[in-house]
Amino acid sequence: MSALSFPLAKEIQNLFPAKLLEVKEFRGEWTLIMDLAIIQEVARFLKEEKGFSLLLDISGVDHLGEEPRFEVVYHFYNLEKGLPLRIKGRLSESNPIVPTLSFVYPTANWHEREAYDMFGIIFEGHPDLRRILMWEGYPYFPLRKDFPVEGKPTDQSPIAFARPAPLDGGPFVSSPAPLSDQREPRAKWDEENLEELEEIKESEKLPLLPKE
Amino acid sequence: MSEHLTREVRMEVPDVGELLRRAEEISGAPEGERLVLNMGPSHPSTHGVFQLILELDGEVITKAIPEVGYLHRGDEKIAENMHYNQFVPYTDRLDYLAPLANNVVYACAVEKLLGWEIPPRAQVIRVICAEIARISSHLMGLGAYAMDCGAVSVFLYTFTEREKIYTLIEELTGARFTTTYTRIGGLSRDLPPGWPEKVKEFVKQFLPKVDEIEGLLTKNKIFVDRTQNIGVISKEDAIDYGLTGPNLRGSGVNHDLRKKNPYLGYEKYDFEVPLGSVGDCFDRYMVRIEEMRQSCRILQQALSDIPMGPIAVDEPRGYLPKKADVLTKMEELIQHFIIATQGVDAPVGEVYFGGENPKGELGFYIVSKGGGVPYRLKIRSPSFVNLSILPKILPGHLLSDVVAILGSLDFVMGECDR
Repeated sequence: MSALSFPLAKEIQNLFPAKLLEVKEFRGEWTLIMDLAIIQEVARFLKEEKGFSLLLDISGVDHLGEEPRFEVVYHFYNLEKGLPLRIKGRLSESNPIVPTLSFVYPTANWHEREAYDMFGIIFEGHPDLRRILMWEGYPYFPLRKDFPVEGKPTDQSPIAFARPAPLDGGPFVSSPAPLSDQREPRAKWDEENLEELEEIKESEKLPLLPKE
Repeated sequence: MSEHLTREVRMEVPDVGELLRRAEEISGAPEGERLVLNMGPSHPSTHGVFQLILELDGEVITKAIPEVGYLHRGDEKIAENMHYNQFVPYTDRLDYLAPLANNVVYACAVEKLLGWEIPPRAQVIRVICAEIARISSHLMGLGAYAMDCGAVSVFLYTFTEREKIYTLIEELTGARFTTTYTRIGGLSRDLPPGWPEKVKEFVKQFLPKVDEIEGLLTKNKIFVDRTQNIGVISKEDAIDYGLTGPNLRGSGVNHDLRKKNPYLGYEKYDFEVPLGSVGDCFDRYMVRIEEMRQSCRILQQALSDIPMGPIAVDEPRGYLPKKADVLTKMEELIQHFIIATQGVDAPVGEVYFGGENPKGELGFYIVSKGGGVPYRLKIRSPSFVNLSILPKILPGHLLSDVVAILGSLDFVMGECDR
């Protein structure tokens, strides 16, 4: 869509030539797709000159199978005008690094830690980039699409893992597939892994208490 | 897989010293002898599992490191693996002190993605739900806050009122706590007969109770001394740290999504947005007291004029047909089966919807790549953001002020950790 119908997009395009890649409008929300290498400058411009004083959210998205794979989405909000704005950009899988906004908006600190925790996106210059929801030393990034919903075993505390129920999530769960015929309700245990199920059932039996 | 089940169960203890060493690297080494105090994850004033690592110089806090994540259940991951409607029960467990309000915001977010407009009756019922949830959440928040500051009797008053609300909620939804009341495009059931009158009656007897609760605290010297000029958050800091809801308004920033970006027809109601002036713990308490009164005003207006009509959208391809039709008509049966197994077919796109919840702005950012399952669902939880200001405001306060500040921020870990 042309950037002209959204004046702010035009202004950003003039200020940062060739950095604004696309402007989209959906359900009355404007999305600017940008080169995230200059996100600090853009954020400063939005905050100091355009009144977008509130940073609502920073979110990661994993587009597995696409290149560039990762996406970082920023939600800004103009407190005076009540105007939201979304800026997003892609990061490659091999180099998922983006400059931090922690010094422009202090609230970005925790949002960026969460995006790092869940997707492994590195925020360059972040004052304290460590895991926030998962524990220190956890080896995976759980919101990546190649991480299974039932979790993976690790050498860290094993108590954090749950075994999938026989009907993974209940009888009406369907797998997230693009075609409807692939989205049929599915049972977790098909004939291939029946053996594994027996094994787990066996290991679940409670050990008898030693008699005194 | 069976291997890790049989292994000995052990808990990794977070290395507090290591965390502090890191914090020192960032902000410079301490000057004198400091004591590190570990508050939580199980501490009565943290209202859940929230850990605060404090560095003390005598009784004065010099550094604070909040640690969250003890209640992390991976709601966002779960959402990516189920239909939009199936996620509604999970929203109950976000801010579990106001489940009805979460239901409403989530349903509105998905409806925004689908481009659906719900009928007026459903809108008014949702407004009633959101405001009842606000009152109940503030009652709980204030009661616990006052109890932490030594005024135990207030807790008993607020809990009595909250209990009445839960009886009403039970009658409406069938559950006291885990309401799961909204559906994408409507509501799970219509109002029970005589219910609006009961809510009206409740509001009538509740307003004098608010005065009573306020009297117990505003004229309580201990409470006032413990909250006034404690935990002051300036306007600029409140905005910089992304605070929303009563915490932001307590600092004097006039921001309420019900006024700024009205949804569910909030522009039709006449109510005020209470604001604080100093931004201390006392202001945040006053804002909540006043918000309960304003919620009562909204309730009175909404209850006096509930339009008749359907409670769900007229979208036969997306909303479950009536049960009677499913049992008697072929097309409805087929449609029911398709919707129940495949979910509603959402368009490709992304939306963000934020609603004014009792704790602040609860937002859902939904990325759809088509089909009945969200590709990504990000929950912008107000408690998570509100807690991030602690390292900024705690230093310089006494240890006993921590409980007052935590109580005044009114957070819920279910929502913070998701």
